[in-house]
Amino acid sequence: MPTKIEKDAATGQMTTGHEWDGIKELNTPLPKWWLYTFYATIVFGIVYMVLYPAWPSLSDHTKGALGWTQRGELAQKMEAEQQRLAPIMARIEATDIADIRNDPELMGYVAAAGRVAFADNCAGCHGAGGAGAAGGFPSLADDDWIWGGTPDQILQTVSYGVRNANENSRINDMPRFGVDQLLDRAQIDDVAEYVLAMSGTATDAAAAERGAAVYAENCASCHGEKGEGIVDLGGPRLNDGIWLYGGDKASVVHSITYARRGNMPAWAERLDPATVKVLAAYVHALGGGQ
Amino acid sequence: MSIALTGEQSHATAGPVVQEAYYEDVVRAFIIAAMFWGVAAFLVGVVIALQLAFPVLNLDLEWTTFGRLRPLHTSAAIFAFGGSALIGSSLYVVQRTCRAPLFGGPELAWFVFFGYQLFIVLAATGYLLGITQGKEYAEPEWYVDLWLTIVWVVYLVVFAGTLFKRREPHIYVANWFYLAFIITIAMLHIVNNLTVPVSFVGTKSYVAWAGVQDAMIQWWYGHNAVGFFLTAGFLGMMYYFIPKRAGRPIYSYRLSIVHFWALIFLYIWAGPHHLHYTALPDWTQTLGMVFSVILWMPSWGGMINGIMTLSGAWDKLRTDPGLRFSVTAVAFYGMSTFEGPVMSIKAVNALSHYTDWTIGHVHSGALGWVAFISFGMIYYLVPVLWRKKEVWSQALIEWHYWIATLGIVLYITAMWVSGIMQGLMWRAYDEFGFLQYSFVETVAAMHPYYVIRALGGVLFLTGALIMVYNLYRTVKSGVPEQAALPAAAAAAE
Repeated sequence: MPTKIEKDAATGQMTTGHEWDGIKELNTPLPKWWLYTFYATIVFGIVYMVLYPAWPSLSDHTKGALGWTQRGELAQKMEAEQQRLAPIMARIEATDIADIRNDPELMGYVAAAGRVAFADNCAGCHGAGGAGAAGGFPSLADDDWIWGGTPDQILQTVSYGVRNANENSRINDMPRFGVDQLLDRAQIDDVAEYVLAMSGTATDAAAAERGAAVYAENCASCHGEKGEGIVDLGGPRLNDGIWLYGGDKASVVHSITYARRGNMPAWAERLDPATVKVLAAYVHALGGGQ
Repeated sequence: MSIALTGEQSHATAGPVVQEAYYEDVVRAFIIAAMFWGVAAFLVGVVIALQLAFPVLNLDLEWTTFGRLRPLHTSAAIFAFGGSALIGSSLYVVQRTCRAPLFGGPELAWFVFFGYQLFIVLAATGYLLGITQGKEYAEPEWYVDLWLTIVWVVYLVVFAGTLFKRREPHIYVANWFYLAFIITIAMLHIVNNLTVPVSFVGTKSYVAWAGVQDAMIQWWYGHNAVGFFLTAGFLGMMYYFIPKRAGRPIYSYRLSIVHFWALIFLYIWAGPHHLHYTALPDWTQTLGMVFSVILWMPSWGGMINGIMTLSGAWDKLRTDPGLRFSVTAVAFYGMSTFEGPVMSIKAVNALSHYTDWTIGHVHSGALGWVAFISFGMIYYLVPVLWRKKEVWSQALIEWHYWIATLGIVLYITAMWVSGIMQGLMWRAYDEFGFLQYSFVETVAAMHPYYVIRALGGVLFLTGALIMVYNLYRTVKSGVPEQAALPAAAAAAE
């Protein structure tokens, strides 16, 4: 309600003569620093809008005095970066991995570039640092290689992957011995014990003995007579205590019964050749390269 | 329970005595709802903060995963807690400052209360069941949106109708802000939620907008939910409760006018700063940034008016912890509204965007400003509404204040450190120009700060529980304010 305009004792300011539910207002002028800072931000805004794309029209927009665009800046930076790296990437592409390994400069580059490319593309399955993970993700840091651990074998695997649609993909298919009734339950049990015995973890010596014949007939052609693995066929080694899908009896029985058919993409389809080679050299250098 | 209109007027020159009464039952209901939803929001916030630190707490159940609980937390905090506090306080303030009872009578007011609570429950249960539009802060599906639209329009009718019936020549500044909040939220809500339901018996709908237009409209909505729900609305709250509690006149009427119109005009442009360096056209990003920077001083106008209103009554900050909540809220408001324009600058945003810095910024606003100004309002209103002399325990308000403040400090400093570290790790290069860190390494590095943030949340929740207990005791066993009761109200009781 209207009240008398009066001087506020504490601040020396006049009131406005309004009052609501006992609340009055002072008529204090706008603080100078507030007003000038407000003006300064407006000036900044006008200058910025003159320099950069700002106002739309019906079909286009103002381009700004600097001619700057977000896409243009990105293209410029990408171009500069690619040019900077082009010489060394060209050298990587033209050099065999064996020779790369003997070139400290190239290997330094592989260590840096490979770490990043590996973290972005490979670590999701093979783990940080290539440590592998339970459930079918092989460690790349040990010397147990399913498809071979020489530089060329690794390059082949990285380039074309495993069990994918690429025509150069590494392919093998372990039979589903249980599901397809190639072996009965007791035979699977016996051969599992036999396989476990190769790394000294069998629990039933008699069963393991019975499993030897089953193994020789069904498994040795891919996994080797003594379970030493056959790299050319991608038959994993069984006698080293390293397990892709777990080394307890239940897991081994599961592997024999259902088979395991893990996949890996063909990275040549996704990455440029130099980066693929960097990855192969990087993986080779992780610790288990042959 | 109601009191005669002229009852609590402190001045002697009261207008003609009128027989109508203020409706306070519905305000009381909103205050209780605000406290209930506040505790719920803080609790879910603590849970999801812990889930980020310890993912096992997702419990491997679809209903309890972070993805479903996070919108539950944000909606409970903004719409359930903040909304109940805003609507409740606005219905109180508009009656007092217009010297008029609510337009539409108790029926419309109660419809707004129960309608709004139903909206909250419909939205929240939908989230848990996985029903969502996938639009941040606008997750409820079409049927909930339609219901809220009806409730909101009725709320507008009640509020604006009361303004029309006012017995004051002028409209008080608090009501400008409340009205701006109500009208703009209606516009934002409707435009952002224009969707086509797949079927009228199903929950799923598709939004009318597509691609970058959808993103722009979403953040036009999203940022102005901040601007008009969390800023303008709560400024309305501030403009009544701070001068009321401090017993001082508003610092500057001129500043009120200038900063109100500047804020209203500028805020609506600022949304594109949520989409810097995206497919959004360059010119739109420029405007979003420029208007955000210019918004700095209009935002601070509210801070100046809030804090300087204490001129001549600074000593009350020491003796009145309820008022201290309100004034600290304004300080956090000033900090957030400086941080916001800074973060909207593209060069800064390139570092801060997508990091926890944004989360910290939002929470210095949500915990420091929105929640604290609401706590101040609640500590003032509960004794008034329940006719008590004062809050049961001033000491417990002190405890609430310091525990909650410590919680906020832990929260936002943890997020500053975590967010800036995260942003710097994302852009760290080695000598060959390769990124130094993979994404997962940045996640691992943030773990300790996630734990600190969760601890901050626990403290904030603890403070709120102390408040609820204190106010429960106030209502149950506080000293009655007999002296201030007018004869008519005493008879009504």
